[in-house]
Amino acid sequence: MATAFLQTIDLKLHERPAPEFLPSGIMGFDAAFGGIPRGCVTDIFGQVSSGRTSLMHSLMAEATAREEFCALVDASGAFDPASAAAAGAALERLLWIRCAGNAEHALKATDLLLQAGGFGLVVMDLGDIAPQTARRISLASWYRLRRSVENTPTALVVTERTPLARACAALAVECARGSVRWSGAPGCSQLLRGVAFAMERRKPLRPSSATIEARALR
Amino acid sequence: MFACLHAPGEGARLLACAQGFSPQVEQTGADTVTLDIDGLGHLFGSVHDIAHAIARQAGVPVNVAVASNPGAAFHAARGFAGISIVPQGDEAKFLASLPVGLLAPSEEIAQTLGRWGIRTFRDLAALPDLGVAARLGEEGVRLQMLARGEGDRPLDPVEAPARFEEEIELEYPVELVEPLLFVLGRLLGDICGRLEERALAAIGLRLRLQLENAGDHERAIRLPVPMRSPRVFLKLIELDLEKHSPAAPVINVLIAAEPARPRTAQNGLFIPLAPEPEKLELTLARIAAVVGEENVGSPELVDTHRPGAFRMSAPLLSRLGNIAFHSRAVALAFRAFRPPLAAKVQAGLLSAPGIHGKIVQQAGPWRTSGDWWTTGAWARDEWDIELSDGALYRVWCDAQTGRWFIEGSYD
Repeated sequence: MATAFLQTIDLKLHERPAPEFLPSGIMGFDAAFGGIPRGCVTDIFGQVSSGRTSLMHSLMAEATAREEFCALVDASGAFDPASAAAAGAALERLLWIRCAGNAEHALKATDLLLQAGGFGLVVMDLGDIAPQTARRISLASWYRLRRSVENTPTALVVTERTPLARACAALAVECARGSVRWSGAPGCSQLLRGVAFAMERRKPLRPSSATIEARALR
Repeated sequence: MFACLHAPGEGARLLACAQGFSPQVEQTGADTVTLDIDGLGHLFGSVHDIAHAIARQAGVPVNVAVASNPGAAFHAARGFAGISIVPQGDEAKFLASLPVGLLAPSEEIAQTLGRWGIRTFRDLAALPDLGVAARLGEEGVRLQMLARGEGDRPLDPVEAPARFEEEIELEYPVELVEPLLFVLGRLLGDICGRLEERALAAIGLRLRLQLENAGDHERAIRLPVPMRSPRVFLKLIELDLEKHSPAAPVINVLIAAEPARPRTAQNGLFIPLAPEPEKLELTLARIAAVVGEENVGSPELVDTHRPGAFRMSAPLLSRLGNIAFHSRAVALAFRAFRPPLAAKVQAGLLSAPGIHGKIVQQAGPWRTSGDWWTTGAWARDEWDIELSDGALYRVWCDAQTGRWFIEGSYD
């Protein structure tokens, strides 16, 4: 009888449709990861000078080139507009919110932006927030952000030193410093030319990595 | 169809009443207004119902006449008390008993008509057309047409004064924001209703709160695009009042909207995603309430060589230009420390709060200076350095003080 009852109702688990991806504009990254998933949380983490910000600027440049609007919730006010403009980001399509080192404010602002909708890319930059402070953000807050962004065409990217969104992130990319390219003779005519960054996918656990070469602009 | 309202000494009230029914309202006389009532049947029903609705709305004893042309309606309203419906095609018969003085003829024609024994509309209407034209001229012909209830002149509508403001004297001083918002909500509803009647929106709001023993508290809210939603306005005012609360209880409220043509937007399937202006404005106001107004905006580069110079401009939408497509080579990004971190550089070692290491590679110095003609002069030597842990920083030494700072990191 129970079987007959169950047959009458639709108890199929619906598979979540594959997300659309926002390309980063970096050939190696897009080839390895397909870009950044829309409607999902993406964790980009790594230490200082590991290429997190270069990747973030490329994403902004790509989104604004598609005439989409971007929002950057900058927890520590570290964003350098000149650097982003040099990477190709259209600053007039970028909303910059500075939170003066307050991670709680950053969370609140991100939540409000996601509720408002209409952004192609929302970046929450926690890169200069101390890991012990950033880890205090509750899992419930990350679930809330995940709920807010899902079923929207917005890609939510979180940059930080250590992975924070964890279970809530659909994609986690670890950035690591590679080789630094200097030109000229040490001590007199030396010039910083560029840095190679290694990016490895940590979630979902399918081995995939990319190396990107960032050119210094000085 | 046209309706005419007449009530001695109530011209302003009649005009306001008529404007509530139709945008096509003519101030035909000091105490008389005429309005076009075509289309009102869908709302009120028959012409009788329309006339009754207008009479009720006027709030004072008023003569209301409905006719197929403004002239017949005008004379019926002035000549008959109460509500008159002039039957179409029988205007002459309906108006026949009215005295000819209602036509307001010139003195010369009035005397002539008096000598002829013409007393009523019926008498004037019955005169032969050619004879009237020959003896009384153009004005005589016009008066005869009016007496027959003929004529199809267009209305000369009055322009309603564009005042979108509401003021209310409170019964007792209000200290809390919530009851104040209750009052503001009603006022904003009225203003938005009036804006909607005239197919307008608001581009700015001005709020003046008269305080008890403390002068006025004035706030101005500038909107990025014309809007007409009382809920959005109320929320914006609430957020603004939370940031800038009045210093004393409020005894009088005045709110004014600056009218503008509504925004028109062409939507399409392939237009890229963009935030809705109303929603975005509200969101930005909420975020500004959390992080501070000066921390929300769109960055804009400044035409200067000063390192890290930028300014915050109005967020989004205000200065959209064509997108310039840049090459997609990955540029090494820079993260700024604001303010720069004070550091010590000694014997190839860099130390600053949270940053310590041996300098293994360096490039520089890059000497820059500027603004020496102002009080904000700057002169410094910059280096790009790599520490033993692999981190890349930009450091600089102030040329005047010799102090070291870390400008930021390459990331």
